[in-house]
Amino acid sequence: MSITQLLFWMLSIMTLFSAIMVIASKNPVYSVLWLIVTFFTISGHYILLNAQFLAVVNIIVYAGAIMVLFLFVIMLMNLNKDTEPQKSKWLKLAGAVAGGCLLLVLIAALRNTEANPTELMHGDIGLIQNLGKVLFNQYVVPFEISSVLFLSAMVGAVVIGKKE
Amino acid sequence: MPINYYIYLSIALFIIGIIGVLTRRNAIIIFMCIELMLNAVNLLLVAFSKMHHLLAGADNAFAGSDAQLFVFFIMVVAAAEVSVGLAIIVMMYRNTHSVDVNFLNRLKH
Amino acid sequence: MNNLIALIPLLPFIGFLINGLGRKALSKGVVSIIGSGTVLASFIISVLIFVYHYYSATPIRYFDFIHVGTLNIPFAFQVDQLSTLFLLIITGVGFLIHVYSTSYMHEEKSEHFGRYFAFLNLFVFSMLLLVLGANYIIMFIGWEGVGLCSYLLIGYWFKNINYTKAANKAFVMNRIGDLGFLLAVFWLIARLGTVSYDEVFSNLGKLSHGDILGITLLLFVGATGKSAQIPLYTWLPDAMAGPTPVSALIHAATMVTAGIYMIARSNALYALAPVTNNIIAIIGAATALLAATIALRQNDIKKVLAYSTVSQLGYMFLALGSGAYVAAVFHVMTHAFFKALLFLGSGSVIHAMSGQQDIRYMGGLSKKLKVTYITFLIGCLAISGIPPFSGFFSKDAILLSAYEHNKILYIIGVITAALTAFYMFRLLFITFNGKFRGTEEEAHHVHESPAAMTLPLIILAILSVIGGFVGVPGVMMRGGEKLADYLSPVVPVMEHQVAGSTEMILMVITTVIAIAAIAIAWMRYKTYKEESVSPVSTFFSNKWYVDELYDTIIVKPIQKLGAIANTYFERLGIDALVNGVGKMVNYGSRQMRWLQSGQVGSYVLLMVVSMVVFFVLEFFLKR
Repeated sequence: MSITQLLFWMLSIMTLFSAIMVIASKNPVYSVLWLIVTFFTISGHYILLNAQFLAVVNIIVYAGAIMVLFLFVIMLMNLNKDTEPQKSKWLKLAGAVAGGCLLLVLIAALRNTEANPTELMHGDIGLIQNLGKVLFNQYVVPFEISSVLFLSAMVGAVVIGKKE
Repeated sequence: MPINYYIYLSIALFIIGIIGVLTRRNAIIIFMCIELMLNAVNLLLVAFSKMHHLLAGADNAFAGSDAQLFVFFIMVVAAAEVSVGLAIIVMMYRNTHSVDVNFLNRLKH
Repeated sequence: MNNLIALIPLLPFIGFLINGLGRKALSKGVVSIIGSGTVLASFIISVLIFVYHYYSATPIRYFDFIHVGTLNIPFAFQVDQLSTLFLLIITGVGFLIHVYSTSYMHEEKSEHFGRYFAFLNLFVFSMLLLVLGANYIIMFIGWEGVGLCSYLLIGYWFKNINYTKAANKAFVMNRIGDLGFLLAVFWLIARLGTVSYDEVFSNLGKLSHGDILGITLLLFVGATGKSAQIPLYTWLPDAMAGPTPVSALIHAATMVTAGIYMIARSNALYALAPVTNNIIAIIGAATALLAATIALRQNDIKKVLAYSTVSQLGYMFLALGSGAYVAAVFHVMTHAFFKALLFLGSGSVIHAMSGQQDIRYMGGLSKKLKVTYITFLIGCLAISGIPPFSGFFSKDAILLSAYEHNKILYIIGVITAALTAFYMFRLLFITFNGKFRGTEEEAHHVHESPAAMTLPLIILAILSVIGGFVGVPGVMMRGGEKLADYLSPVVPVMEHQVAGSTEMILMVITTVIAIAAIAIAWMRYKTYKEESVSPVSTFFSNKWYVDELYDTIIVKPIQKLGAIANTYFERLGIDALVNGVGKMVNYGSRQMRWLQSGQVGSYVLLMVVSMVVFFVLEFFLKR
């Protein structure tokens, strides 16, 4: 087992564990923190796949900006373990069973796919220079439109959040 | 690594997100689970991008970069979505003093 | 010239549009001029065709009317001797009646006046289309159009419920006949793939005997509806609800002869169907006799004329059935003259009597209505077949062919001729002779009609006198049968087998019988007395109880059937089914309401479950 494979397994286990902890934690603050851990491990996967740019963006945007926003909202609302609403046991069980069924069905459905290898620690399309070339050549219009999206999201957030 | 492992990993992450949505009542946690599902998809996209790049070989130096840009755009959309969604949750909290989605059963009416 | 021919039906149609759309804006004078003028213009064009012999054996195509697969029905006109003769009758008599109407309908409100002329013009248009069409479909358009106009004009005074009922009756009766016509056309399309006259008649060899029998019979059913023959004649007497000029134009001179035109046009078909011809002759003779007996005891001046029309139409069918197409068309022409004259004369009487139609309250009108009286007398003489009036020649031609065809039918024809002379002069004497039996006020009011009404009467009277000379029998004058020569390219001319002396004897017999009948009528009715009531006369005056019979055997059972269908099929079947569906949905949705909990979580759960189901279906249960 090479070092990259070892890394993959470790990262995978950490990802799944932290993801489970996100939904298992009673305290919303812990959930947020576990989610940040999940994002870091996913960034690790990106690095393993030589997608450095995405790894960095993931950390900055998700783990940095978005999760801070979550944390901020939770702190603002003063949510903790005591205020956490709980579903009945039966509903939880039903949800878990339904999700498990979906997992089983999906894995069973994709069991016989071709096992093409992915490139680990090789290739340079994940580099910011190469992605930038494609982004600003082929995808320059969506890129510009996404700025409009941000603007409208900003306006929407302000309008919704504003007091009557 | 064979692509299957990434597929399974992504499915597992995605299902964890779904189970979270199904079992929790806190709107913020549900929202976070949605982010988790988005990231599962992102991970799978990146894995496929690399697989595609490897299959294309030397013919196309940029093969697979599309998928990575999709991931980039998904992040863009996710950021916008989070800002609006959190604004909605804040407003909901202001009106009901709770983040319990079960209070939001007005859909019935 | 083709464009000029297209103008013949187009002009009345334009008149219809102008009068119909502008009936509220136009004054009566303008409406009269447009209404009559367009018909006059058509008449002039028809005369041009007649004078310059612009006939063509092949149809004049204008455009493709229906083009589906191999079936191609062009919009085409057939201008030959037969259609030209009808064009002249329709536009000529039609013009006179339009002129007459301008005066007769003058007391109507302006907008109703416009409506009347619009309908009248539309009728002329449809009738011209019927006559000009070069295939059965175009003819059918006109056929339906005249039926519609007949309905509209019978129900012209639509505020009177009885009149609208009469209009409905006419329409329904006509529809029954039209169904036969339509089926015949479909049959032709199915067998030959064409409906153009020239193509149909040149391909008759492809039809089996059964086909020809069926098609001719169905066409004849159409003719019985339109031309008021047994069993579909009862609408025509009721159609007298319309204004009198309408009765003259539609229900005497033109529309009701459409059936005769159609059969004469299809003579090639009928020549191959002797069985149908016999049926036509028998029905024609029976109708002639039946209607004549009913006419004996009618007291409404227009009803007498209506039954007389039915009777004369029966004569024409008798001629058609005997193979004497020329005689039938000849009688159409003379009948158009004298029956239009009689109707217009009766209109003049009714006008003078301010709407009174019952002859028992008339009498002695000959002094005050001189022109009307004289013209009416000429009409009566013509219809009775007194030489040298036109009716004599045409009726004689028919009776002669009937004599050759079948002696029994001939005897029925002679009896009918006697009855015709009798009831017509009964009508004349009761109306115009003796003492006036109406009220003082009416007596004071009686006056001769204005020139616009008397002029058409005079013209028609002249035509009634001289109209018969186009068909003088060969035995009287060599080369006298001008009409037969004229029509010979289109219609087969029957050679008479009987000896000239026999023919002369037959003429003398009918004339003597007619004069005898007139003499009896004179003795009986020169002074009016109440008519005795006997079982037979009651039977006749109640029109053989045919209406009641139809009511009992057709209308009542259908109504019963409708009631049964209403209770069992509608209420218990369809309603129950429809309401049951409603109730089931109501119940089902009541049960499913809990699914709509409003809880986001439950929705997501259902979504995931259904996703699982879909994946299972897609990946494992396919194949």
